[in-house]
Amino acid sequence: MARIIVVTSGKGGVGKTTSSAAISMGLALRGHKTVVIDFDVGLRNLDLIMGCERRVVYDLVNVINGEATLNQALIKDKRCSELFILPASQTRDKDALSIEGVGKILEDLAKDFEYIVCDSPAGIERGATMAMYFADDAIVVTNPEVSSVRDSDRMLGILASKSRRAETAEEPIREYLLLTRYNPERVEQGEMLSVEDVQEILSLQLLGVVPESKAILNASNSGTPVILDTDSDAGQAYSDIVARYLGEDKPQRFIVKEKQGLFKKLFGGK
Amino acid sequence: MPDASSPKTQIESPKTQLESPRTHLESPKAPLEFKSASLTIPALRFFSNDLAVIEATLRGKIAQATEFFRDSPVMMDLQLLNEQHQSVDVEALVGLLRALGMVPVGLRGGSDAQNRAALTLGIFRHSAPSGAPSEIKIPGAEPSPELLDKSALAAEKSQENRVVTQPVRSGQRVYASGDLTVTATVSAGAEIMAEGNIHVYGSLRGRALAGVQGDINSRIFCMDLQAELISIAGIYKLRDDIPGDVQHKPAHISLDNELIIIRGL
Repeated sequence: MARIIVVTSGKGGVGKTTSSAAISMGLALRGHKTVVIDFDVGLRNLDLIMGCERRVVYDLVNVINGEATLNQALIKDKRCSELFILPASQTRDKDALSIEGVGKILEDLAKDFEYIVCDSPAGIERGATMAMYFADDAIVVTNPEVSSVRDSDRMLGILASKSRRAETAEEPIREYLLLTRYNPERVEQGEMLSVEDVQEILSLQLLGVVPESKAILNASNSGTPVILDTDSDAGQAYSDIVARYLGEDKPQRFIVKEKQGLFKKLFGGK
Repeated sequence: MPDASSPKTQIESPKTQLESPRTHLESPKAPLEFKSASLTIPALRFFSNDLAVIEATLRGKIAQATEFFRDSPVMMDLQLLNEQHQSVDVEALVGLLRALGMVPVGLRGGSDAQNRAALTLGIFRHSAPSGAPSEIKIPGAEPSPELLDKSALAAEKSQENRVVTQPVRSGQRVYASGDLTVTATVSAGAEIMAEGNIHVYGSLRGRALAGVQGDINSRIFCMDLQAELISIAGIYKLRDDIPGDVQHKPAHISLDNELIIIRGL
């Protein structure tokens, strides 16, 4: 039985697509057959982050409308054979998504895949509600600042009331907090909310913390999910996150400021 | 004939007061909603069934305060007359009151025939028997019929207490027709409402409105007061008006004489 994971946030620009790309790649690298779907119809981005923008022929809306089959639209990742990408349409808008259409696609994908990662668009409108409606698990991406935290809280409310699991009174969606763009130094200086602050407000299980990192921008620009950059802090953070999602017990990292050791001072570090 | 010195008619509690809930909280989808409202209207108690005497006495009263009685709704109370087996023609009585510019809206203490006659004239029968005049209030005495009436109404509405164990998130609204208990956090931007009391065994960061139907005796209890707004029976306090020394602490919020009182727990 496939597990449907929605990566959502409410607020834009917090790292949903980066996280979707990294987590789906991480799951696939561990041998789980995974598909990642871009729900941001009209503002397609996932294909760029995954580095497959030149291979997009058909998209999610084509499949919903019956203009293409799933197999025609799915793009197989060149780095990992277990990973597939279903891109969004750039020429349509979110009204093209329907509960029935999305439900049918997910049902079909569930036959072949172990994990279905839904990259939600920002906002709480149609695209976002479609991405989360069928979810089993939700990874709520949040930045350590007040507006992002409030938007995440709003999204959690929607997950708890407007999803399929809520409507059919099944076991509720499992919700995880993913804190991105975290900068322990700025937290120490009181310029940023701390992990504890965010957790207190959202009362949510912490899946992991991704530090603010140059590696993220580099990864996006080169179309390589950051998790493949195993030397980088962000890449390691996402590896930990995937491990924790799969039930492994990994201690939290990147929460406190790293002490500059003599070795690092001499050789510069990363 | 009754004693000439005694008044032929007695008007009780001559104040018309509409108790409407102060905050208007519309239900999310319905185009209308039923709300209980209580209305104090004068009851006319008749001690005589002589229409001529009644008319003369009323004219005298009206002459003293013309504006007050114009279009004034009245409840016709026939209990005393019926106890003394003095029958009165309801139709004629209604005609008389209307001719004097009053608006008879209800009948109480009437016989079955009188009730039926009133109903054909579009006047409802007040279900409770008329009790002692309401201006005499004896502590510990039997609850007044009005009160009994209200509680009966409340029972009919089947007050439902609610317990919420999940966090109430930003943008969510929770409503309880009785008491509301939340065992988790109420986030900023969330709204919890109850016709009765509210208990929050977590941080209260959103809005909490107790006694939304106007119950001034309802209260709010919380373990950590950080609310954006607290309200009891429509009287509210915003975050900025909540003193700093009671914030971030367990609190007990009640209403005293139209003032929100916040105490530590």
